[in-house]
Amino acid sequence: MNGVLILIPIALFLGLAGLVAFLWSLRTGQFEDPDGAAMRILIDDQDGPLT
Amino acid sequence: MTYQAAPKDWTQSAVETRFAVPDMHCAGCIAKIERMLPQQPGISAARVNFSSRTVAVTHEPDLAEPDLIRAFDAIGYDAQPLHNAAASQRSIALKRLVRALAVAGFAAMNVMLLSVSVWSGAEGSARSLFHWISALIAIPAVAYAGRPFFASAWKALRVGRTNMDVPISVGVTLATGMSLYETIFDGPHAYFDGALMLLTFLLAGRVLDEMMRGRAASGAEALVRRTAPGAMRLDADGSSHWIAADGLQPGDRVLVAAGERLAADGVITSGTSRFDLSLLTGESRPVALGPGALAAAGTLNLDGPVTLEVTAVGEARAIAEIARLMEGAAQAKSAYVRLADRAARFYAPAVHLLAGLSFAGWMLAGAGWHESMLIAIAVLIITCPCALGLAVPVAQVVVCGAMMRDGLLVKNGDALERLAQADKALFDKTGTITLGRPEPSGLEALSDEERAIGRGLAMASRHPLATSLRHALGGAQVGPAILTDIEEVPGEGVLARFNGAAVAMRRPTPQELDGIDDDLVMAVTLDLGRIHVIRFADAIRPGAAQALAELETLGLPAAIMSGDRPETVGAVATLLGIAGKGGMRPAEKLARLESEVAAGQRPLMVGDGLNDGPALAAAHVSMAPASASDVGQQAADIVFLGDSLLAIPKAVRAARATMRIVRQNFALAIGYNIFAVPLAIAGLVTPLVAAIAMSSSSLIVIANSLRLRWAVK
Repeated sequence: MNGVLILIPIALFLGLAGLVAFLWSLRTGQFEDPDGAAMRILIDDQDGPLT
Repeated sequence: MTYQAAPKDWTQSAVETRFAVPDMHCAGCIAKIERMLPQQPGISAARVNFSSRTVAVTHEPDLAEPDLIRAFDAIGYDAQPLHNAAASQRSIALKRLVRALAVAGFAAMNVMLLSVSVWSGAEGSARSLFHWISALIAIPAVAYAGRPFFASAWKALRVGRTNMDVPISVGVTLATGMSLYETIFDGPHAYFDGALMLLTFLLAGRVLDEMMRGRAASGAEALVRRTAPGAMRLDADGSSHWIAADGLQPGDRVLVAAGERLAADGVITSGTSRFDLSLLTGESRPVALGPGALAAAGTLNLDGPVTLEVTAVGEARAIAEIARLMEGAAQAKSAYVRLADRAARFYAPAVHLLAGLSFAGWMLAGAGWHESMLIAIAVLIITCPCALGLAVPVAQVVVCGAMMRDGLLVKNGDALERLAQADKALFDKTGTITLGRPEPSGLEALSDEERAIGRGLAMASRHPLATSLRHALGGAQVGPAILTDIEEVPGEGVLARFNGAAVAMRRPTPQELDGIDDDLVMAVTLDLGRIHVIRFADAIRPGAAQALAELETLGLPAAIMSGDRPETVGAVATLLGIAGKGGMRPAEKLARLESEVAAGQRPLMVGDGLNDGPALAAAHVSMAPASASDVGQQAADIVFLGDSLLAIPKAVRAARATMRIVRQNFALAIGYNIFAVPLAIAGLVTPLVAAIAMSSSSLIVIANSLRLRWAVK
């Protein structure tokens, strides 16, 4: 029973952290352009010559 | 990485304009636009949204839309300005629903975790503790995530009606309240998990519904070109600058270049040109207008620059008459009731009656109000339209995604329901059966070198015939020839030199056209040493005959309804073997559709022009090609990309497949109720049984809907 008293708050805290992280990512517009995010990793950071 | 928002170091007065850039297709395009556009004068930043194929440009306020479009042109992209407050409102509504879904999902998972230990035998103080924690999570979550349902139910109840949200709200509220009572008095059964799971499933349905509408509508918006975004106004001192269409005043003098659309009605004060009225009237033959003649907004100036004195703007324009007709027609159409709402009309009272009867029945049987109440709540939870709420949106989202990949943009979900019911098809001619743009013929006579020179000449002009010629010659293996001394003479053509020899693309002389008045014929002469007369005609869309035959076998006999001259319409109709009627004004088309709808028929209208707008709005369901006028695209329920008419039977088949799946889903949901409701009334449904029954029925409905991924053939 004592274990449960520690585990339940931990479980709830982790779940809440996930919820907050999701709401944060929603607020900062990370779901605005999912296809673009996949493309952008292919762009070089340097301003080199473009092909 | 470039994940931060556009830099804010620009002056306070910088403005942002959004553009649709449909040609973006790779990471290179993103990099090119975001790096090279800010190098253009007056532009400080560009931010690409690849999912919606749009670019947000931050620029100086005195930079007008044509300047920005030119900036896109300079780096090699076609851009169209977007003006839509509606889209951002829609994304706000969607975000609110997603937040509610996130909260409901989080709460449902955690409460379920606690419920599992209760079901597996937690007793006494442990059960009480778990119930209390569940209550602490569930009550705020229900209050937050349930708001969309509570608000909609309250709105319906206030006007004395009921909808699907009423039993949902009553069920969720009662279940939460009763569970709180159980928790306080240490009872065995709490339904917190059931209430939250119900909200999660239903919100998932709502989010999908909203997402589909937003995605399809923004796809259609990206194609909408405004009839004329503005005009070049000539000021008294002789200078000219670009102003938006709503800034024009009667009495203003505006300059309209060849290839531009008129933003307002006006009288021509100088210059002569031919005008393409097809968007307004369906008439495919251009008309020549000179000084003193009245030109209507929305017509396309074909030949040379003309100066107009504006006579009417905004509401007073000739096309405003069409807008008024459309408004009336659209109001009549809004009476259509969606299948889900028709089901809800019977479902909601039945559910309440069942719950009330089981409460009364158990009271009479002497069970006591506490137990009777618990059973009534179990009935409400079990019958709550979880699967019903998912049955329609999941099917529609899946099929709309599949249709979008095939170039069919569905603007709203009930369009599919109505399309599945259509029993006849009416087509406009110009721009719908035909391509609506001049297609050159006789290009085979040109040698490869001549093709290259012709392409070079055509690239120097923005005249519609030159544009068409450029596209037609674009497929040649040889690129455009390098020409020198290029000069465009408005109303005449393009003159240039190739290897020292004079070449020209010009309007044909009467002799070259065998003496026929050149107003009647669309043609250009390519003078490349040898003389080639290229004639242009409005070609019939590819696949038209096959599409009409397929529609016939689907039970949708087709007919043509056009504003063009009866002879032209008759020729096309005979060629395709269907009935056709020409010379119809917008009001006549509208009247025909209204009489057919009144007679109980369900016509599918396919059209593109402004003159089809009222008919598209009045039809049972309507489609428009992507080349349509913005009025046509806005009035149509479904927009199809590409030239081929085969998209239409394809859409009809997909719509019918969708309705088949939706009906199966309803049958599954009702079958589940027939099985589960007697159990609930008998008092056998514990929270565990409710949780299993609800989730399994929802999963079955989702799995069945996923079969529609392959329905578009």
